[in-house]
Amino acid sequence: MPRLNINGKNYDVDAEPEIPLLWAIRELVGLTGTKYGCGIAQCGACTVHVNGVATRSCSFPVSAAAGKNITTIEGLAPNGTLTKVQKAWLEHDVPQCGFCQSGMIMAVSALLKTKPKPTDADIDAAITNICRCGTFQQVRAAIHAAANA
Amino acid sequence: MNYVPKINRRSFVAGTAAVGGGLALGLDFLPSGPKVVRAADGSPEIGVWVVIRPDDVVVVRVARSEMGQGSLTGLAQLVAEELECDWSKVTTEYPTPGQSLARKRAWGDFSTGGSRGIRESHQYVREGGAAARMMLIQAAADMWKVPAAEVTAAKSVLTHAKSSRKTTYGKVAEAAAKLEVPKNVALKDPKDWKIAGKPLKRLDTAEKVNGKMIYGMDVKLPGMLNAAVKASPVHGGKVKSFDAAKVANMKGVVKVVQVADNAVAVIADTWWHAKSALDDLKIEWDPGEGGKVSSATIADILKEGLTAEKAFIGNQNGDIKAAIAGAAKKVEAVYAYPYQNHACMEPMNATVLWTPDKCEVWTGTQNGEAAFAATIAASGLPANKCDVHKIMLGGGFGRRGRADYVAQAVLIAKQMPGTPIKMIWSREEDMAQGSFHPITQCKMVGTFDDKNNLTGLHMRISGQSILAGIAPQRLNPDGSDGATFQGLNPNGETAFGYTVPNLLIDHAMRNTHVTPGFWRGVNVNHNAIYLETFMDELAAAAGQDPLEFRRKLMANHPKHLGVLNAVADRIGWKKPAPKGVYRGLSQMMAFGSYVAGAAEVSVTGNKIKIHRIVAATDPGHAVNPAQIERQVAGSFVYGLSALFYGECTVKNGAIEQTNFHDYNSLRIAEMPKVEAIVMPSGGFWGGVGEPTILVAAPAVLNAYAAATGKRVRSFPLKNHNLAMA
Repeated sequence: MPRLNINGKNYDVDAEPEIPLLWAIRELVGLTGTKYGCGIAQCGACTVHVNGVATRSCSFPVSAAAGKNITTIEGLAPNGTLTKVQKAWLEHDVPQCGFCQSGMIMAVSALLKTKPKPTDADIDAAITNICRCGTFQQVRAAIHAAANA
Repeated sequence: MNYVPKINRRSFVAGTAAVGGGLALGLDFLPSGPKVVRAADGSPEIGVWVVIRPDDVVVVRVARSEMGQGSLTGLAQLVAEELECDWSKVTTEYPTPGQSLARKRAWGDFSTGGSRGIRESHQYVREGGAAARMMLIQAAADMWKVPAAEVTAAKSVLTHAKSSRKTTYGKVAEAAAKLEVPKNVALKDPKDWKIAGKPLKRLDTAEKVNGKMIYGMDVKLPGMLNAAVKASPVHGGKVKSFDAAKVANMKGVVKVVQVADNAVAVIADTWWHAKSALDDLKIEWDPGEGGKVSSATIADILKEGLTAEKAFIGNQNGDIKAAIAGAAKKVEAVYAYPYQNHACMEPMNATVLWTPDKCEVWTGTQNGEAAFAATIAASGLPANKCDVHKIMLGGGFGRRGRADYVAQAVLIAKQMPGTPIKMIWSREEDMAQGSFHPITQCKMVGTFDDKNNLTGLHMRISGQSILAGIAPQRLNPDGSDGATFQGLNPNGETAFGYTVPNLLIDHAMRNTHVTPGFWRGVNVNHNAIYLETFMDELAAAAGQDPLEFRRKLMANHPKHLGVLNAVADRIGWKKPAPKGVYRGLSQMMAFGSYVAGAAEVSVTGNKIKIHRIVAATDPGHAVNPAQIERQVAGSFVYGLSALFYGECTVKNGAIEQTNFHDYNSLRIAEMPKVEAIVMPSGGFWGGVGEPTILVAAPAVLNAYAAATGKRVRSFPLKNHNLAMA
């Protein structure tokens, strides 16, 4: 039974090793902030951090996640204090339907760890999440705002 | 939205009727006078639209659905404006369609499509807010024993200036709830608005940045099982057989069931197990007649329609035949627009608990009442034993206006009485079972006299009717589909913006077995591309500037012209563009609003770089300009994704595309800078969610043609090896 460390807490999940991390998080651990959008690592709605690295959990087996530190959207703001990215998202009123935004925020949070002041080109290269509502203009503004906060 | 999180907190186990419901309505029958209706927490209703809690929190009821477009916030602004309440204490909740039916449709139409969420309910929701304010004022006046006319209301505080007394809405709500709801209420002049008309932030953002917002896919009920489903890949096909035994022993699998005559579902402990088993399940299909159809056969049928003798007429004046016969010059072009899937980020899903006594559904739907009707029909139970609890939508774009997925989930749950079943479509199923943007072709003919004046225009659309496919009861008596002429009608909310001496716009209806649907923009997407790119072709044939050519035809259409002029001014049409940059324009009216777009592009090889978009919207009244700007910018993402990438093709009757790898969507790197001009001219109420998408593609196509001299007339652009830079 794989042991997953999610948001600082250990979970022993009854999961076959090949089950995607996404479904272990959603169905076995019960955290539903991480979304299913495509199942083939195209859309990024399922993005979580595995040892700090933005990872598309729909295509990442539980077996590879065991023993690593996993952060989901629910664990991004420990003690309820929003991160710079979340605050910028609120300030810029970024989400429309919001279904892709957990993944978007997780991808952006990982980017800012490696590139604290990303250029537009850095953003274009790193953020490849799909948003069908088309929030990109607000996403870009909010990334810059978070970087400068 | 305080409603959604209640799902997990409410006492499901107790089996009350209140499971997940937003409003557990209780009635206090007073010895005399009207009854007080209470919300789930016991707070009183002040009319059907407003609940006021003792702590002054105002709960605004919203019947329309929130799918990202912002109507939840906009409708609350309209109620709050008339209510004169403290905006910082406003929250919202959805009544259910079952509750609405039980109260004689107290909340009106639930349908949230056609950009009508606000424009078709602004009157009665504002009246609801105003009536509640009058009741609160009366209650305070009664308490103080002063005339109501001496009591004023502002920011949830009631004041009697003469005696310097003040109280709050929460303190008089109980008394106000016992008063009759006034029938004649005066509404504010929009120029006096303080909450409506302002760029306020959305009410539903906080839970969208911390993962707490519950979408349909996230619903959890005690003892719930999960279902994955596969319907006949060929629409209209049927299940011939399936080998349930092969997967019955797979981990977690509980049951394999047939759903209606066209689908099979696997029910399992988790959705992943259900989906894995379904992937392994061998299903034999009878594709029916549709199995012989391909994109090529459909194209042939549509092509025939371009010159067919018979067609339904949507708009005509003058004598187009005479104009063509006597033309000094004739310009022709033939266009084609493909099937497209909505591809909402959240695939279709619904959670259902069916027992012989009750059927309850939790789902993201654009039309609560349609979902309710589907539930009643599929459950086999009467209306008073069914209800639908609306959950936040992970995108809609028209797809969630249909209730096919709700009916399917009910039919699955009915085979597991007493067990809640969450049915989720895989992305692949969502792609296969779309309600596709209809496929059409179009032949345009324009005629000129010897002085290069446009004398005639014939627009022949050949293709599929959405209404014939999914709402045949809404076809006209002669069998025509009025919606096919959106943006081209002589007048009304989707009016044609040009005056042409001899005009004929007609539709040769050519339907296929592929289910069509209302796709953001509906029929205007292709109509706008055909009309607005051809207008540029005509301008070129006449040797005229595209803006000036249009202006000459728009003298009788001042509001169409207003938005066109606004984008032309802002983009600097009369000044030269930067070196290597070319411009294109377009305008349209639909869903009650006037829209225009201007694009600046440069082209290098097969790469189109979109540098800048200017888009103007005149929606009459702008309830929340900040949200309108977001709808405008988002419309370019949806519209340009469609233009560059969006195509669903048919092979052996089935849709070939299966996921985002072959049905791509624009990413942030491709996002052009969009400048929105929100220019409400007053006097009418237009929609916002859809109109701007209409001008996205034609403005870019016209700019591309200006840059290259090449006209692309079939879509998407990827088929011409053109990509976004």
